[in-house]
Amino acid sequence: MSPPKTATAKKAETEGPGGPSAGSEELISGSEAIAHACRLADVDVITAYPIRPYDTVMQYVSQMISNGQFDCDYIVAESEHSQFEIVKHASTVGARVFVGSSGVGWLYAFEALAVTAGLRLPMVAMVGNRALDDPGAFGVEHNDALAVRDLGWMLCWVATAQEALDTALIAYRVAEDQRVFLPCAISCDGAFLTHSQSIVNVPSQEAVNSFLPPYERGDKLLHPDNPITIAPQANEDWVMEIRRQSDAAMRRARKVLIEAYEDLNAKFGRGGEPFIERYMMEDAEVALVGMGTLAMPVKVAVRKMREQGRKVGFVRVRWFRPFPSEELQQALSEVQAVGVIDRDYGFGSAFHSGVLANDLRSALYPMERRPKIVSFVAGLGGREVSAANVIEITDKVFDAAGGDATSDQDTYWIGVRE
Amino acid sequence: MSTGSVEVVYRGIFQKTLAKNICRGVVFAAKKAGKIGIAFGRYSDSPERNGIPAKQFAVVSDTEEELEEYLSRYEPDNNDVTIAADDTLCKGVESWAWYGLQPINKLLADGGTLLVTSTQSPNRLLSFIHRKGTPYNLALVRSPASFSGLWVYKDDHTDVRLLGALAKVAPHIVSLEAILETIKEQWKDDSKVQSAKKAYGATESHPVSAEQGNEEIPYEFELPGWKDMEEGLVIRGISAEAQSITGRDDGGYVPTRNTTFKKFSTRSMRPVINFDTCTKCTVCWLNCPDTCFDVTPDGFYDANMDACCGCGVCEAVCPVADCITMVNEEAFDGNDGQWEAWNKDKEAYAGWLAEKIANRPPRAHGFHHVGQYAEEVKNESA
Ligand code: SF4
Ligand code: SF4
Repeated sequence: MSPPKTATAKKAETEGPGGPSAGSEELISGSEAIAHACRLADVDVITAYPIRPYDTVMQYVSQMISNGQFDCDYIVAESEHSQFEIVKHASTVGARVFVGSSGVGWLYAFEALAVTAGLRLPMVAMVGNRALDDPGAFGVEHNDALAVRDLGWMLCWVATAQEALDTALIAYRVAEDQRVFLPCAISCDGAFLTHSQSIVNVPSQEAVNSFLPPYERGDKLLHPDNPITIAPQANEDWVMEIRRQSDAAMRRARKVLIEAYEDLNAKFGRGGEPFIERYMMEDAEVALVGMGTLAMPVKVAVRKMREQGRKVGFVRVRWFRPFPSEELQQALSEVQAVGVIDRDYGFGSAFHSGVLANDLRSALYPMERRPKIVSFVAGLGGREVSAANVIEITDKVFDAAGGDATSDQDTYWIGVRE
Repeated sequence: MSTGSVEVVYRGIFQKTLAKNICRGVVFAAKKAGKIGIAFGRYSDSPERNGIPAKQFAVVSDTEEELEEYLSRYEPDNNDVTIAADDTLCKGVESWAWYGLQPINKLLADGGTLLVTSTQSPNRLLSFIHRKGTPYNLALVRSPASFSGLWVYKDDHTDVRLLGALAKVAPHIVSLEAILETIKEQWKDDSKVQSAKKAYGATESHPVSAEQGNEEIPYEFELPGWKDMEEGLVIRGISAEAQSITGRDDGGYVPTRNTTFKKFSTRSMRPVINFDTCTKCTVCWLNCPDTCFDVTPDGFYDANMDACCGCGVCEAVCPVADCITMVNEEAFDGNDGQWEAWNKDKEAYAGWLAEKIANRPPRAHGFHHVGQYAEEVKNESA
């Protein structure tokens, strides 16, 4: 399948009602960008419980409320479990909701996370990625958000504050689409994104209104005028059909996501390709694959290596659920070897690889001519992944492509103190 | 291709907004010259402790590509300018994600400028600042450190004065015109524009040779590899032998302390103790959150200056009037114990103590009441 078409920036200038110029330029962090998205999406109910780095979103949201720029019910719960339960219920009565957490805070809400997906409630969450305790650590790892990967949560990783803002708007549009009705988590790497300020185009309210329709639950609205019950007990004779419905919703989400990106590109003149970002992939002999702010050192390294004539490219996975198997098959069909850099771990999994590497392996397995896949673990607990690390990784991938010592049945730890 | 970066080293909580204002100012001003910029703090939020050395960075560049390299760095090195927002930071910092004592000029590029707010002489500051081994410049903005709180900002114009000084020492990063225009736009306050201009004019820069500075080798240590580390997140108690590093064998008592993370670089005030009036009541010993007090052979309590973070709890809890006093950290060269000096020569110690207390700056640690900073700014400008 060919990659989905995306509108160009040029088209937006002529056709978009908002267009990039309609917004204002602000120097904001990834967390502040998410707060702006909440404001622009006119979220009704926000619940909060502090844990860093997600707590920076709380700070910005509460600042906007106290400055009178944003009106919503803002509830500080007594734990993450309640925090997620409250918005779950608010969502059933038609409130657009926002919530978020990090690390073990996210896991403390795990039961609420599972039931939200089971109930098909379009909750939008921000996960400020953080290493899971123990050891108590603040740096980024992706295992927190990844913990819900099989439950019916849509999951994505963003690389810049601009992308965080835009993706939050996409998240509302897709999650609340009645064809989907699934929760969605936007992952932002702790420190590297949550605490870095860059110039972001904050779209105008009109532009956002033209992109994001209101949340309509239709006849699923919990309301005295519409007497329904949500969340019954169901046994052996029902559960499997319910799961199959969630499966179908996740399959449908693909198309709805593609539509949303097409519209974002048309109206905002940005947004790019849904699911993945391709960087210097034309004529690439080997490719690197990763998620989130890893893109920064990887792109720096890829440019350096390209200058030396080494044909290496990069594919950034933007959406992890639904997993972009088709796009990745297509993007990686011409390369000889792929190096997957996981900022997470999968202890005891196939070849001891990270989560992304394992999913990518199964996605590429049906290909007639599949590249070798070499798995790397790097940057755990917020450790800096340098351009030099990326070059070290690429050397190994070229090595694997040449059929040399590097194994595609093992996982290499990069940047660990030996 | 040109990238400029500014490192702002500041005291946690007290100077967080100050650091943020400076970094944002740099990015906005650079934007006026057609450059793009980013500003980032490397984890300096809620668990940021009072006074802990923390950092924010501003990087400006012609292209997105060059900036990308910085966004993925924890602490960029080779900075064009390092700003020390409090001159006691010149003694070195135990920085986040850094092990050992990091000299304040460690991440400064050769030929770069270390910009310090201080009322001290350059020579006095150079007695703290570790030898860099390459030449650089030391520039001063003449003022005491500006401290405020996490939620409340003391707007005494230190932010714009540092921005004005920055335009002087690093015009390739930001021009004075761009800085002044930015200040006008961001603060809409003409007096802040004037303050920046004044600081631009008054900023003195002194060349520092490769050999100048504090000769002391800052403590550092090797981190173990994963195979050498104990499994299961176990941390062994410090052995009796290790204790003798700081211990005494004369009948006193020295508690076990972390030998690698010392904490004193968090301090901008230090306690001095009047052993003549001390009643040996133990209250300071029991209340110090960092177990800083050594018990002396004769039963006094002597604060260990390697471990003290300068929180001031001991001063607050000591029941004897003026027995423990928090004084200016600037006035000390090392971390020597006080009891030894008192024990050796009580009269000389009394004189020393009186002098330290006389030179005590007004306490600026934190926020006590609504309107406090407005009052302070008024008093200072009066
Ligand atoms: S100031 Fe006093 S209480 Fe605080 S750490 Fe130092 S010795 Fe302990
Ligand atoms: S609290 Fe004051 S009086 Fe009591 S032991 Fe400490 S220094 Fe002496």
